Amino acid sequence: MSADLKNGRIVVVGASLAGLRAAEKLRDEGFTGSLTMVGEESQLPYDRPPLSKQVLLGRVRAEDTGLPRRREVGAQWKLGIRATGVDPIGKHLVLADGEQLPYDRLLIATGTRARPWPNPGEGALDGVFTLRTSDDAARLAERFDAGPRRVLVIGAGFTGSEIASACRERGLEVTVAERGPAPLVGALGGALGALAARLQLAHGVDLRCGVTVTALNGRNGRLTGAELSDGSRIEADVAVVALGAMRNTEWLAASGLAAGPRGLACDAGCRAFDMYGIVTDDVFVAGDVARFPHPLFEYQMLSLEHWGNAVEQAEVAAHNMVNPGPLRRPHLAVPAFWSSQFGLNIKSVGVPTFSDQVVIAQGSLEERRLVAVYGYRGRITAAVSVNRAKWLEHYQRLIETAAPFPPEPAAVDQPASSTPVPSDVPDPKLLSHGPTVALTGHQPDRRLTLMRWSG
Amino acid sequence: MKIVVDLNRCQGYAQCAFLAPQVFEMHGEEALRYTPLAPEDQSERVRRAAAACPVQAILVEEEAGPGVR
Repeated sequence: MSADLKNGRIVVVGASLAGLRAAEKLRDEGFTGSLTMVGEESQLPYDRPPLSKQVLLGRVRAEDTGLPRRREVGAQWKLGIRATGVDPIGKHLVLADGEQLPYDRLLIATGTRARPWPNPGEGALDGVFTLRTSDDAARLAERFDAGPRRVLVIGAGFTGSEIASACRERGLEVTVAERGPAPLVGALGGALGALAARLQLAHGVDLRCGVTVTALNGRNGRLTGAELSDGSRIEADVAVVALGAMRNTEWLAASGLAAGPRGLACDAGCRAFDMYGIVTDDVFVAGDVARFPHPLFEYQMLSLEHWGNAVEQAEVAAHNMVNPGPLRRPHLAVPAFWSSQFGLNIKSVGVPTFSDQVVIAQGSLEERRLVAVYGYRGRITAAVSVNRAKWLEHYQRLIETAAPFPPEPAAVDQPASSTPVPSDVPDPKLLSHGPTVALTGHQPDRRLTLMRWSG
Repeated sequence: MKIVVDLNRCQGYAQCAFLAPQVFEMHGEEALRYTPLAPEDQSERVRRAAAACPVQAILVEEEAGPGVR
């Protein structure tokens, strides 16, 4: 049985970080069968985090972020072609050109795409961008090189905030419009959201919170500015729509799999559920498109848009694709991500939005150097550091062991006050930026909220 | 030579920025910026930087020949 699993046909849909790391792991684990990688983009797998940072700063060309390989994968690559469906009974993947790719086991790692501007006519104006792909970044960096008079960033999540940071570092005027009360508040809650707001203002960002962009204006097909819900208008020749990501699951609508706007549900071993909540044994999921249960967060299904999760989940999925039941492993990694913006290094472990309270455990907001620890019903569920990354490992261990909240006072860098305050995580519906960590309840078969952006 | 740094793992020790300053640099106190495609004349320095990283966060791929996938 186990020998069979090391052979046969594996198809990986999605040729980005998760797909590549899974392919490498499959070969590491001794898979000698045929491996086919299908990718909608025409490039070989590349790294996305530099796109909103080094690339927008003009220091690195967008086409130069190709991911290094850990090993040769010996795959057949079908790039620049989209998968349009899967037949789980006939066991084949259907491609946009009608080709049917038979598989014995399938890995779905189709990730996300940028949420477009809701008004297609306005979104098509020259000067309106989203940022997700290498091509997006190349076009936007080129526009920044041309020296626009003002850039409008719509949505102050991590991507929007990093774009604003790059603008200021390049000396470009930038307005950030966010429906929520502060930048990053959807991922980090109120206290650090307030810090992010102060940081943006101190760096000369024209930050507008509590407003929505009601219209993008253009003349002769070119963007000229925007109207805001508070009645104000701004002139801008570039607008970047940073309203979060949408999971690439529509192509699975007729597959019978438990796919919806929050992702494709799977078990702790990355096996996809079908729409009745029954686990499949030959369809696996990894990366941003996966929705999976996590024991540290009451087995709620998590949807993560994290680089680290893509790698770790891909490795678990690949291991489980070529090993029999008793040798399979669960995906239990503690979620973690980073962002660098306005000269600060922000890192997170755990799930900050799974919290009711937060305490500054070390450092202070004033110093812009701190560790914030988040708790839920008396246990530690997350920690976020600002220029204090070396401390996070300690808190990660506390999260993994469900240590009591608030934490014991730290040996160094004790804050002036260590009274927990409400973590103030807003309902994601109230934000412009989508959550990069979404807690999506317990039911694998629920297709869940359809997010409609009503301006 | 292709490079990727696992920035979850990176803790800003800055060994790489000392050993290969044209490829790795610190931005602020602990944020690392790097050039994902390093020029070939930097290869030796990049290899040394990867080896010296205290948390082994740097992954490097030597230039593969054409057609090697």
